[in-house]
Amino acid sequence: MTDAATTNTATTHTDWHALEPSSAQKFRERVLPFIIAAIVLAVIPLMGPSRTTLTLLNHMGINIVFALSFNMLLGRAGLLTFGHAVYLGLGGYFCVHILNWIDGSEGLMQHLPVFSLPIFGFGLGALAGAIIGYPSCKRAGTAFAMISLGVAELMAACAFMFDTIFGGEMGISGDRMSGPEFLGLSLGPLEEVYWFIAFWTLFGTIAMYAFTRTPLGKLSEATRDNPERVQFIGYNPTRVRYLVFIFAGGFAGLAGGMAAVQDEIFTPESMSLIPSGVVLIAAYVGGIRYFSGPIMGAILLTYMQSNLSDYSSAWLLYLGLMFIVIVMFIPNGIAGIVFGFWNGLRSPNRGAMMARWAGQGVAVVLMFMSIVVLVEVAIRWSEGYGETFEAFGMSFSFDSILTWALIVLPFAAGVFLMRRVTRKDEVPV
Amino acid sequence: MTAPALELRNVHKSFGPAKIIQGVNLTIPKGEVHAIIGPNGAGKSTLFNLISALHPLSDGEILLNGETITGKRPYQINRMGLSRSFQVSNIFTNMSVRENVRCGVLYSMGLGYSFLKNVGNLKEVNEKTAQILDEVGLIDKANLPAALLPYADQRTLEIAITIAGGADVIMLDEPTAGMSHSETDRAVELIGRAARGKTLLIVEHDMGVVFGLADRISVLVYGEIVATGKPEEIRGDPKVREAYLGDETIPGDEEVTA
Repeated sequence: MTDAATTNTATTHTDWHALEPSSAQKFRERVLPFIIAAIVLAVIPLMGPSRTTLTLLNHMGINIVFALSFNMLLGRAGLLTFGHAVYLGLGGYFCVHILNWIDGSEGLMQHLPVFSLPIFGFGLGALAGAIIGYPSCKRAGTAFAMISLGVAELMAACAFMFDTIFGGEMGISGDRMSGPEFLGLSLGPLEEVYWFIAFWTLFGTIAMYAFTRTPLGKLSEATRDNPERVQFIGYNPTRVRYLVFIFAGGFAGLAGGMAAVQDEIFTPESMSLIPSGVVLIAAYVGGIRYFSGPIMGAILLTYMQSNLSDYSSAWLLYLGLMFIVIVMFIPNGIAGIVFGFWNGLRSPNRGAMMARWAGQGVAVVLMFMSIVVLVEVAIRWSEGYGETFEAFGMSFSFDSILTWALIVLPFAAGVFLMRRVTRKDEVPV
Repeated sequence: MTAPALELRNVHKSFGPAKIIQGVNLTIPKGEVHAIIGPNGAGKSTLFNLISALHPLSDGEILLNGETITGKRPYQINRMGLSRSFQVSNIFTNMSVRENVRCGVLYSMGLGYSFLKNVGNLKEVNEKTAQILDEVGLIDKANLPAALLPYADQRTLEIAITIAGGADVIMLDEPTAGMSHSETDRAVELIGRAARGKTLLIVEHDMGVVFGLADRISVLVYGEIVATGKPEEIRGDPKVREAYLGDETIPGDEEVTA
């Protein structure tokens, strides 16, 4: 640009850079979190995690990508889907097939590194999104949700029917050690799979974050807020939804490719309504209004799925209760709490806020304790083995008045405290 | 001779047995500020929705710059150079003011459905956005969430989004509804500036606004245009007086004679 042109621009146009966040702020909000995430991912193996921990971490990575792709639809585009696991499943199945093709190939396929499989998962997920999304994105809202439910049922039924592709109830399995090594990773030991998962988790997260910054990503939010208005700024809301749907399918397929390498097996179960429901819960519990919400939700839910059953046979009940409580009382999810806490710590009236949080915290603990006692006593009572629930150095028998007092009283105290602390400034809508 | 900006030929609209628009003919030359007035229930908003293709026509034809827009979708008509605002604030509530306007700018800047560009780096888009924000006086509130704006500012943002795409035919549906006097004055001034060199079609209840802005006025009564003309012609028209009898005061009497 010439000098004259520069001056011209400066005089006739308002300086738009002043409206932008400063570069320090941009770095802090858009780059730093990813650097920290990369460092954390790099440090974890130094702590010598066990095989169980590694498997758990790998599943967390897969679920993070999956939940983020789900939130491209629910959080960013306002599209509630009950069948997102279809795209993970199709991408994953495709990748297990590729594993077997690599394994059995004498030709070109044998040179394909297994490390690249998630790209193929992305491709098939996006293709499936393009095919299934074409009719279903014509409608939004309830109709879209119902169609997604129907598609999920249909695909799961197909998966049980077409044995040559989906392997029937047993599914299909492959060997991730096939093919050439990539970056010196044979992908045999779990430690090496960890690096594979870490790379693709970071890649998927950055790519999906970058997507939110593109014109299409912005338009997806605009369409969520107001599809009617979008038409009068030149965009076809159906087209916006359709394109976003293809990307969401693609990233779900990417997660499927990661899962194919980690688990080396895919079964028709993976396309059923259950994983579709779990990803919905993960995204919502984490907080769909924040980009990082589904990440937190995926980490928590993966942990609960694999570890909570060690503590209680009623763990699904706790999961369900948590979901209901979050939907009813904490619509912004864990991320909402985390960011609210962070902002509160830096606000001028942090003293008052901390007092309130402390009160709310105590109330939650009280209510949680009585629910635990109730659930654990009830489940042992119903099992009828004469087992009693023991905790806090006490034994809770279902026919003791003390037990019921310890169920009712802390709960009542918790509700009372919560109302007192919260009443002042918030009215639930 | 160039084609008129907007031409309505024998436009009809029925919802079931109810005939809302019954044969409207209207020609609006380029660069004109044209107001549509009429009593409540006359079909003004329906006419707007027909022109912007939110509803399909029952009969007739509408031409934009000489090209028929009958059967086209709203976003196609928008790309042909027609933009509209809404009676109730119709903004993107979960975005900042700046993002609202930026979304309005994107398509006209050729970005389309791009997913390979970072909106933060689009120099021309962000310049244009800032320029529009400056023009409408929202630049100080650029980074506020749109939902937190006061009502009058939301109406202003509505207009900003409407003009952001650079359309040369602008339709405003009651842009000053619910505003105070001073807010209305500011809005009128803004509309006058925004419409410079453009064709403006406006539905408005505030007669002060109508007679202050419009080059010509059409009076719509029960789905038919009973009169079209310059403001002074309209004020003297007996048919208009009849239509407004007992509804509201004669349009603009006090403002202009005072």
